[in-house]
Amino acid sequence: MIPLMEKNNHKKSNNSMKEFREGLRDGIPICLGYAAVCFAFGISASDAGLRPYETALMSVMNLTSTGQFAALPLITTGATFMEMAAMQLIINLRYVLMSCALTQNIRPETSIPRRLSIAYGVTDEIFALSVSRKYPLNPAYTYGLVLISAFGWTAGGFFGTFAGDILPHRLTSCLGLAIYGMFLKIILSDARESRVVSVIIMASMGMSCLFTYSPVLKSISPGFRVIIVTLAVSAVASLIVPYKGDDTPAGDSSDTHENINIKDDTDEALSK
Amino acid sequence: MNRTIAYIFVMAAVIYSIRALPLVLIRGEIKNPFIRSFLHYVPYVTLSALTFPSILTATDTVPGSVVGFITAVVMSLWNKSLLMVAVGACLSAYITELIVSFL
Repeated sequence: MIPLMEKNNHKKSNNSMKEFREGLRDGIPICLGYAAVCFAFGISASDAGLRPYETALMSVMNLTSTGQFAALPLITTGATFMEMAAMQLIINLRYVLMSCALTQNIRPETSIPRRLSIAYGVTDEIFALSVSRKYPLNPAYTYGLVLISAFGWTAGGFFGTFAGDILPHRLTSCLGLAIYGMFLKIILSDARESRVVSVIIMASMGMSCLFTYSPVLKSISPGFRVIIVTLAVSAVASLIVPYKGDDTPAGDSSDTHENINIKDDTDEALSK
Repeated sequence: MNRTIAYIFVMAAVIYSIRALPLVLIRGEIKNPFIRSFLHYVPYVTLSALTFPSILTATDTVPGSVVGFITAVVMSLWNKSLLMVAVGACLSAYITELIVSFL
């Protein structure tokens, strides 16, 4: 009994190690993108009077670009702590949606300490890669992503505060595209296989454009724009073409076929 | 304590709570088909809304951003790896901006 358990544990830890290493590898583009973005943040932070260690501390504790950029004017003007808390709550509310989605990608029996560890890394990018894994998500994979990207983020911020002139600005601004490139890769690789996903992507981008450029709607902050678009498009898509899950029991193949047909029909209806 | 450090702790407390609460509170598999489907679609919508149109103004000039965007889309559809797509987007944008600056 005991040797068997040991063997199982051994196998499990080996597997986690492999997942962790894959996380580290997949996190390289995030690390690059983060280092560039946080380098830019460091430059702004030093303009706002932050010292390198303060920028590094803020970066490693918060791991969020919009929230950190938004914090700078509040710090320089000496806003109240309540204002800071309210501002951060509003800007980062989209992480609630991401965390909710993540709960369905990990095993239900995942322990609280593991859940608390994953929570630290709920950023747009780490979330994106974590949900693109096959169910169930092994927390070790996310840890790998978090480790390398938090390193890039913090180091970028630290050096950015020191010297904004080490890298030409054009280069750091282009490195910022790494993150968007990753997002596109993640959503488009599923769009190749599902027309529903393609339509959802186009609808989301269209609605996001509407909120960015149209007269009244553009006054809505980027954080809320993402929340509104997410709630609206996901809800409408779930009403019209509810996702049935790919874990249909083997006996139900005829049923699945019907679902696919329904999806295709609705797709056509949507695109017209 | 230094006031800046205090701000940083307030920020971290708020942001970590936002991230941790759903993960700790929602422990089981959600059975409601609407919510399941909703959560399945959330990543696609969020990432699309984060990317577009923000990507068009991500670099110093619009031509560079547009070229980077198109490169990323084409390379993704060609099924290139994550790293390749990321590097391709950055590199094509950088080259475009260099060329534009010489024109």
